[in-house]
Amino acid sequence: MTEPIIKFDKVVKAFGSFVVLNKLDFEVKPGEKVTIIGPSGSGKSTVLRILMTLEPITDGVVYVDGQPLWHEKSEDGSLKPAGEPHLRKMREKMGMVFQQFNLFPHMTVRRNITEAPIQVLGIAKSEARDRANELLEMVGLTEHADKYPHQLSGGQQQRVGIARALAMRPKIMLFDEPTSALDPELVGEVLNVIRKLAEEHDLTMLLVTHEMNFARQISDRVCFFDQGRMLEEAPPEELFTNPKEQRTREFLKAVLEGN
Amino acid sequence: MDWTQYLNPLMQGALVTIELTIYSTILGAILSFAAGIGKTARNPVIKVIAATYIEIFRGTSLLVQLFWLYFALPVAGQAMGIDLRLPPVVAGVLALSLNIGAYGAEVVRGAIQAVSKDQYEAAKALNFTPRKTLWRIALPQAIPEMMPAFGNLAIQNLKDTALVSLISLSDLAFRAEQLRNFTQDSTTIYTMALFMYFGLALVLTAMMKLLERYVSRWRVGAR
Amino acid sequence: MLFGIPWDTSSNLAFAVSILPILLIGLWVTIQATVLGFFIALVVGLVWAALKAAPTRVISWPAAVITEFLRDTPLLIQLFFLYYVLPEFGIILPAFMTGALALGLQYSAYTSEVYRAGIEAVPRGQHEASRALNLTGRRTFTHIVLPQAIPRIIPAMGNYLVSIMKDVPLLSVVTVLEMLNVARIIGDRTFNYLIPLTMVGGLYLIMTLIASGGVRFLDRRLPKTGIPLK
Repeated sequence: MTEPIIKFDKVVKAFGSFVVLNKLDFEVKPGEKVTIIGPSGSGKSTVLRILMTLEPITDGVVYVDGQPLWHEKSEDGSLKPAGEPHLRKMREKMGMVFQQFNLFPHMTVRRNITEAPIQVLGIAKSEARDRANELLEMVGLTEHADKYPHQLSGGQQQRVGIARALAMRPKIMLFDEPTSALDPELVGEVLNVIRKLAEEHDLTMLLVTHEMNFARQISDRVCFFDQGRMLEEAPPEELFTNPKEQRTREFLKAVLEGN
Repeated sequence: MDWTQYLNPLMQGALVTIELTIYSTILGAILSFAAGIGKTARNPVIKVIAATYIEIFRGTSLLVQLFWLYFALPVAGQAMGIDLRLPPVVAGVLALSLNIGAYGAEVVRGAIQAVSKDQYEAAKALNFTPRKTLWRIALPQAIPEMMPAFGNLAIQNLKDTALVSLISLSDLAFRAEQLRNFTQDSTTIYTMALFMYFGLALVLTAMMKLLERYVSRWRVGAR
Repeated sequence: MLFGIPWDTSSNLAFAVSILPILLIGLWVTIQATVLGFFIALVVGLVWAALKAAPTRVISWPAAVITEFLRDTPLLIQLFFLYYVLPEFGIILPAFMTGALALGLQYSAYTSEVYRAGIEAVPRGQHEASRALNLTGRRTFTHIVLPQAIPRIIPAMGNYLVSIMKDVPLLSVVTVLEMLNVARIIGDRTFNYLIPLTMVGGLYLIMTLIASGGVRFLDRRLPKTGIPLK
């Protein structure tokens, strides 16, 4: 049995007195494409943000690629809270695509994609440009390389966001509601890119989305989160047609009716 | 003496005013960025030093600061056994720079903190170090926002240079007062001085507007 | 001695303590000049704002040029101008009044901008609703626009009040006995500038903090949506 690439071990995350994640146990295997669904406030985005080290955890341990993420091993073998150097090392394994794209407005599309590889990974300019060109072709934006974000549509911007994250060659890609901020007619182009990524690469992908049909198409496993815990998980066909939990049924009914 | 004869000495004074403005604006800008960035630093020592500097020089009168540097500092130096007598030019430029640096620091700090949190998150996700995030992501977005306020501060600085005439620096204000003393022709002389300052201010405003436009390239229509 | 109060040069501390009352007399003059200057700035600024808002260019344009001129020229020169030129036209004012007038005029240029911005910031919709309800122009201005504009202008006006206070030391060049002037005289006579000037700096800091705190307090107490009218 392969070791999970992501493991949440009784993780608690509280904002003050508000508990978002309630002793969460959660695993992802390498190369798995997992979608997390659930109502707002159920902790879905928080899981991604914790993995991307944007939010610390209150209790429990998170393991990425076999190593603790928010902790590091001290000399006597016990776990202590991680320092910035450890977090930086762990961050290299992950890439994130944001709901609001968060592109750098003062840089061209190409520069958005090459900036981090050059500045953070120390890659030579020419190599970074080659990598960027490859990625631009993959997301279908080669002609727009010298444009600025504000000159692109939302769908195009998000595709740049995906390319930018991929340029860092992460092992795990995190998608935090990548199409929720898009006009409906632009959603398809982004989902197509994500689908292509899922089909052609063995990246581990963790996706939070409301696009149920899409989740059904690309996921190996769908997890339903509610009130800070994972209530149910199953391959998409099973979860969508035959949910075991009452709450899951209620949620799916409400969402699919709205869809 | 008629008014054309006043032109020469006043122009000489104006030249000194321009020099003072240039030096103090540049030095003031450096201080603004240092203190403004310093106040957003995570290191508490740097933060406190920056905040204290800003509070003191914004909370007291420029003339008090000028006089303190010119009259009081030497006395403190005497007590410590070092010669801290500053020539008027140094005291003048220093006081002006420190003063405007403190006001500018707040502008810098405000603009940096106005950069959307999302940008910082994106930078963190891509593993930029805090320093690289500041210089490559935050500042380029913050600087265009600072320009209007910097424009006002530059004009304020120009006006403030007149104060150094009170420690006998031969700027435009000093020359005007000198002439008045000599000829008692207050109306003509001071009217000329006022118009010359006004002219300098208009030129300075135009230059700042140009700078604003140049720097807006970085913003490139975001928003 | 100054103002009839002697100072004690036996030790630094004694010196500082003995000149404090003298400095406080100077502080009182500073405060008076600040308040008077601020009042003049508020009133004259309102005049400029009204003129600049006039529909005809003949009125609004000169007002705009004059306020720009006042903003862009040094207070020091304006002060000298008033001090030396006014008497030549037969207007003889005590130095204190000349000083307050100069302060008021310089800052009237700034306050007129604050008035304009504050009034413009009241949303269009308010004017439209008033017109739809058939309120007269005057009532709209006094009961709808003004109560909503005032909370917006208080922070800016408050900041200018503090700025005026920091500009009062300039009045020393026309012999007004405000705080800095007093300190300088003490320094001239005792050759100890360090203590008086440092104390003046400290007093200024305290005054600035109090004034800023007062402005913030007022800003918090006034609801953002406008002065409540029952």
